[in-house]
Amino acid sequence: MTKTINPLAFNAAFKYAPAPESKTHIQLKPRYDLFINGKFTAPSSGKHFDSINPANELKIAEIAEANEKDVDMAVKAAKTAYEKVWSKMAPKERGKYLFRIARMIQEQARELAVIESLDGGKPIRESRDIDIPLVAAHFFYYAGWADKLDYAYPNKKPVSLGVAGQIIPWNFPLLMAAWKIAPALACGNTVVLKPAETTSLTALKLAEIIQESGLPEGVVNIVTGFGNTGAAIVNHPGINKIAFTGSTDVGKIIQKSIAGTNKKCTLELGGKAANIIFEDAPIDQAVEGIINGIYFNQGHVCCAGSRLFVQESVYDMVIRILKDRMETLIVGDPMDKNTDIGAINSKNQLDTIRKYIKYGKEDGAEMFQPSCEVPNKGFWCRPTLFMNASQSHRIVQEEIFGPVLAVQTFRTVDEVIEKANNTPFGLSAGVWTDKGSKIFNLTSKLRAGVIWANTYNKFDPTSPFGGYKESGFGREGGLHGLGAYLNFN
Amino acid sequence: MKTITKATEVVIASSQNGEEKPNRLKVIKTYKIYVGGKFPRTESGRYYTPKNSEGHSLGNICLCSRKDFRDAVVAARSAFAGWSGTAPFTRSQILYRMAEMLEGRKAQFIEELQRQGSSLKEANYEVEISIDRLIYYAGWCDKYQQIFSSVNPVASSHFNFSVCEPTGVVSILAPEENSLIGLVSVIAPAIAGGNTCVVLASENKPLCAVTFAEVLNTSDVPGGVVNILTGKKSELHEQFSSHMDVNAIVYCGIEEEVIKSIQIKSANNVKRALIRKNINWLNDSAQSPYFILDTQEVKTTWHPVENIGGGGGGY
Repeated sequence: MTKTINPLAFNAAFKYAPAPESKTHIQLKPRYDLFINGKFTAPSSGKHFDSINPANELKIAEIAEANEKDVDMAVKAAKTAYEKVWSKMAPKERGKYLFRIARMIQEQARELAVIESLDGGKPIRESRDIDIPLVAAHFFYYAGWADKLDYAYPNKKPVSLGVAGQIIPWNFPLLMAAWKIAPALACGNTVVLKPAETTSLTALKLAEIIQESGLPEGVVNIVTGFGNTGAAIVNHPGINKIAFTGSTDVGKIIQKSIAGTNKKCTLELGGKAANIIFEDAPIDQAVEGIINGIYFNQGHVCCAGSRLFVQESVYDMVIRILKDRMETLIVGDPMDKNTDIGAINSKNQLDTIRKYIKYGKEDGAEMFQPSCEVPNKGFWCRPTLFMNASQSHRIVQEEIFGPVLAVQTFRTVDEVIEKANNTPFGLSAGVWTDKGSKIFNLTSKLRAGVIWANTYNKFDPTSPFGGYKESGFGREGGLHGLGAYLNFN
Repeated sequence: MKTITKATEVVIASSQNGEEKPNRLKVIKTYKIYVGGKFPRTESGRYYTPKNSEGHSLGNICLCSRKDFRDAVVAARSAFAGWSGTAPFTRSQILYRMAEMLEGRKAQFIEELQRQGSSLKEANYEVEISIDRLIYYAGWCDKYQQIFSSVNPVASSHFNFSVCEPTGVVSILAPEENSLIGLVSVIAPAIAGGNTCVVLASENKPLCAVTFAEVLNTSDVPGGVVNILTGKKSELHEQFSSHMDVNAIVYCGIEEEVIKSIQIKSANNVKRALIRKNINWLNDSAQSPYFILDTQEVKTTWHPVENIGGGGGGY
């Protein structure tokens, strides 16, 4: 009797030696208060909640829960800072603060990456090589805009808005904070930011950096908490602008809440991106693109390529290579540098993903998961593939926000364009083909704000990001991202 | 069904040499709506009779229903692929053609504006500035993209660029007061940018909106690109803002309750809600490429760049 070994499970025949990132150099307090007016302040509710490590369910630190009173204090601090200091400061000086913050983020990059992975569950390789470098780059990019705003919008005189209320999700905690804070400050606004309740830690570390940088008190305020805290920000009359990244459902609630007020708003909401593979695509690269498209960050990505469209003639080959590639993915400890897929961010989210996996089976799609082991404690989901999915399936229509890919086939270009656009979302899309004219045909006809051609899930501070249709409005990043934080006369 | 304002009016026309011609009954126009390139009356069969400041009826104007609006959205959606795919140069020519047609029918518009209460001088000015505004936007059709697009210097080895694309179907509640220049000022930037639209004309001054549809119809503007309805704002604004296949709404007015309702209903499908308050449509400040930008989406495309000569040699 010989035990058959799956040749593709690279760690089956002999185990990879763990290559854990060291946690010894990070500095975390057991309890974090609210960052209001330049000081860490105890919440008026007196309540704290636990932030846990989703990979082992152990508590990392206690986070303050801000109520309406705390939010009011934060907004007032931001308003005072706006009126007395920040809007009066020479733009080039504003820029220099942002440059300084960018540098300090770079100096503490490794610590921030480790905390990001501990708190959120994403593989250290991603937080170290993608999230944190982009955070610093974002501050660098917008720092330079602070004294050049007059060049951005021809024939307009841009002016700052006042206090921006910013609410961010848990999938890229510090990166989303940077996307929000850097352009707001560069344009001369002050901010009240609320991180997601499961991932507050790096935002609070950023608060420490901001404090250390000498940024005037009240320019950045960070209030932690749950949905109620966010609602208090949205509904506060002292807020001049709302910037929200999160689900389409909550985005709609926010859009309704601010109706009849003069609050400006940008929304970066859900997605259900089509990733389209043509028969003339470089298949091996395309498969890497599929993997990166849907399994990057456990699929907790609003622009994830969660709907795969494969041209019929190459379907069998693509699925074979894709399944083989999935067998090689390593699911496990986010702190291990070998890990490809980390922990699901929370129990709640894991339940949602499991619900959709159940829907997928119930609706008649055919499921595939690789045979990899997952740890006992913590929240885990194997990378999942559904074949024979159809347009009406819930796993095709609704955003899952997990490592679940629904595959459909197509024959003609027109057919795939129609299928790809047949969704209320319009955030992103991917196209894989060797033919340039086909790329430009597809990219101009796909109704989405970001199109990756022969690549996927690439981000850069100079590159505007944001959606069509129910994926939201406004852009973040690049010159276009400034418009969200300026009024024009 | 048709109430003729001055039904018994018989025009005695004098020829140039002063000879009297036989009496002739003037033909009075039935004001229709404009949907999908055709001129139907409202499906509802309803009408209303707005009056000018002197109390004279302006005619039996279609009191459009929700169904008329839905039909118009279908027409606008069907026309979107073609219009958004039309070369900007061609769109520019078509807008210019609209200006030509309007110039040719100046007298009719002046007459209608006067019936609606403008003085001859005001009417003349409003028509002229409307023609010029069409030409202004005709010129922008193939230029705003260069102002608002960008090539983005990303740090990785990719070519990355952002371009403007039309947001889709735009519903428009046109300004109440300046019935022609207001209408032109909201339609032109929407269609210059490749959108299609459904417009509710000024409720109390609807005449030139319907006649403007005739200008559109003779200007090579494809059917469905602009659809013009008449009726009551209070009846229709909720449909204009809640429809799930409308991508953006433009509201021209100052009624706070209506604005709030529009903003709430827009959230149904994350519609872009654009409120135009306190704009003097006769002024040059009411025209700008930024009005085009308001109904544009920014699309960013990435493609890898192979590092040719990666050995350091270059070409």
